[in-house]
Amino acid sequence: MIRYIFKRLLSLIPVLLGATFIVFAIMFFTPGDPATIMLPQDATAEDIAMMRDFLGLNEPFLVQYRDFLLRLAQGDLGNSFRTGQSVLGLILSRLPATMQLATASLVIAIMIGLIAGVVAAVRQYTVWDGGAMVTALLGVSMPNFWLGLMLILFFAVFWANSFGYTLLPASGYGTMQHMIMPAIVLGTAHAAFITRITRSSMLEVLRQDYIRMAKAKGLSPFKVVFVHALRNALMPVVTIIGLRFGVLLGGSVVTERIFAWPGIGRLLIDAVRAQDYNVVQGIILTYAIIFSLVTLGVDLLYSFIDPRVKVRYR
Amino acid sequence: MAESIQGPLVKLVDLHKEFRTKQGTLHAVDGVSLHINQGETLGLVGESGCGKSTTGRLLVRLLDATSGQVFFRGTDVQSLNRTELKKFARKAQIVFQDPYSSLDPRMSVAEIIGEALLVHKLYTKGKALRQKVESLMDYAGIASRLINSYPHELDGGRRQRVGIARALALEPEFLVLDEPVSALDVSIQAQILNLFEELQDELQLTYLFIAHDLSVVKHISDRIAVMYMGQIVELGDADEVIHNPLHPYTEALVSAIPRITRSTEHHRIILEGDVPSPVNPPSICRFYGRCPVRQDRCRRPVELLEVEPNHYVRCVLRETA
Repeated sequence: MIRYIFKRLLSLIPVLLGATFIVFAIMFFTPGDPATIMLPQDATAEDIAMMRDFLGLNEPFLVQYRDFLLRLAQGDLGNSFRTGQSVLGLILSRLPATMQLATASLVIAIMIGLIAGVVAAVRQYTVWDGGAMVTALLGVSMPNFWLGLMLILFFAVFWANSFGYTLLPASGYGTMQHMIMPAIVLGTAHAAFITRITRSSMLEVLRQDYIRMAKAKGLSPFKVVFVHALRNALMPVVTIIGLRFGVLLGGSVVTERIFAWPGIGRLLIDAVRAQDYNVVQGIILTYAIIFSLVTLGVDLLYSFIDPRVKVRYR
Repeated sequence: MAESIQGPLVKLVDLHKEFRTKQGTLHAVDGVSLHINQGETLGLVGESGCGKSTTGRLLVRLLDATSGQVFFRGTDVQSLNRTELKKFARKAQIVFQDPYSSLDPRMSVAEIIGEALLVHKLYTKGKALRQKVESLMDYAGIASRLINSYPHELDGGRRQRVGIARALALEPEFLVLDEPVSALDVSIQAQILNLFEELQDELQLTYLFIAHDLSVVKHISDRIAVMYMGQIVELGDADEVIHNPLHPYTEALVSAIPRITRSTEHHRIILEGDVPSPVNPPSICRFYGRCPVRQDRCRRPVELLEVEPNHYVRCVLRETA
């Protein structure tokens, strides 16, 4: 098991190399000049040239990329072109907010998704099933920027106009109330996905003879569904949750923007607009690491869910 | 609960089970009446989709009947409430055909066999439960060293033995064996069939043995019922049904039993056509379309009649005989 984890961590290196290379290339070939953005409006051409030289922007692409990797190997992500702060420090100060939001929305999505999926499967072809499926379809179809704006309109703007107080703050960070809307917005699509996958996986399992047998043994329907059926149906659900975590991170960029949430997603957008290479690189690297670790976690989780998987960890 | 010591252990009275499908109402079980005496094995034979498994599931109330009654020791199984049903589970159990889908892949052998004992609060987790599970494994002929194995680590025969040990855990009087050997290799089939016979002697069990193959059923059964499209077409002592089949369908089934000796008299009856759809069947003899000896007078409903002592058949041609 330890060996397996070590091997998986080693395989992270090429993944991260690939991710940084792609981002570096995109930033490099995008028109625009960070030096111009950094300097005041009235900077002379010499000033700009000097700045470019100072930042190392005149070097060829591969040389710049190599320098970046060398610094990275020493744990140095560089400084922000824009503010001069250390990129690592910037990310570390913003990361907790993003993780809070991601965790909260994932918890909401899993709770709603599992319950709705199980109910839909157990009550197949009833109103419950139909309702859950229609809601799930709506959930995956609604873009989260639109849903976010609708929620703000209703709970903050409309509510304040009608009742004289705001039910939920329109944006910002700090209290539980601030978290509710962004977490719902970010979690909706995932709840919908989890509902659908749970339902189909449960339907598959409920047909098995060991479920009939559990009933014949005299187990209560609750135990049949949750002890025998759900445990066996969980495999594809966990896979989907892991895979969709990347989408969740992507969604958090938009959601953080809408709700002025001080996470790395909003930091990323600001950095991209300012062509702040180092910050963009650092954040993409952070996303890649988080996603890879989540995937590893999911793979390790399999062995707890299914005794058949343990064999594969060699 | 009226318990009569005399009389059959299990009695089915005009049992019907319908399934709604998009094409119409499917009569899976269409007026089945029979009884199973204490300590005997009733073989229930028929081809795929004839309703034999549905009948077995109705017996242990994994399904609710559309109409008719299932009596177990004189108690109507259909009328049991949830608490009574749980008690009933201790008397009647079921072994399934597919030993791969009938064991929960996430439970060890110990958990699979012991679960029912825990659910019925006969044991609590601990040494006594473990010993009980080991003795059940011994009954079913599985080495007790496999107690912590998972189903995927066992072969088909061992898995089926786990299924049997699990069914025996609650010390039932009656077992529905739903094609318990048809998913197994022939060499293992014989072992498992012998196991069933040994268990029956030792534990005074009563069996409903469901199979699609007469050759499997003929050795183990005291009586045999042949089912076709939801109805019993022939019912009698095993020897009688095998050696003196009265229904053309049974004759065809008997002729399909493989024989070692080559005899010139023996010829197989090959039935033409396929089983007609059990959705809205016409109210004539169900076998009419495929019967090699059909006559015009067969185009009417037929009843199951006792044409010889304890030998029942549903065939127009035997009604006058």
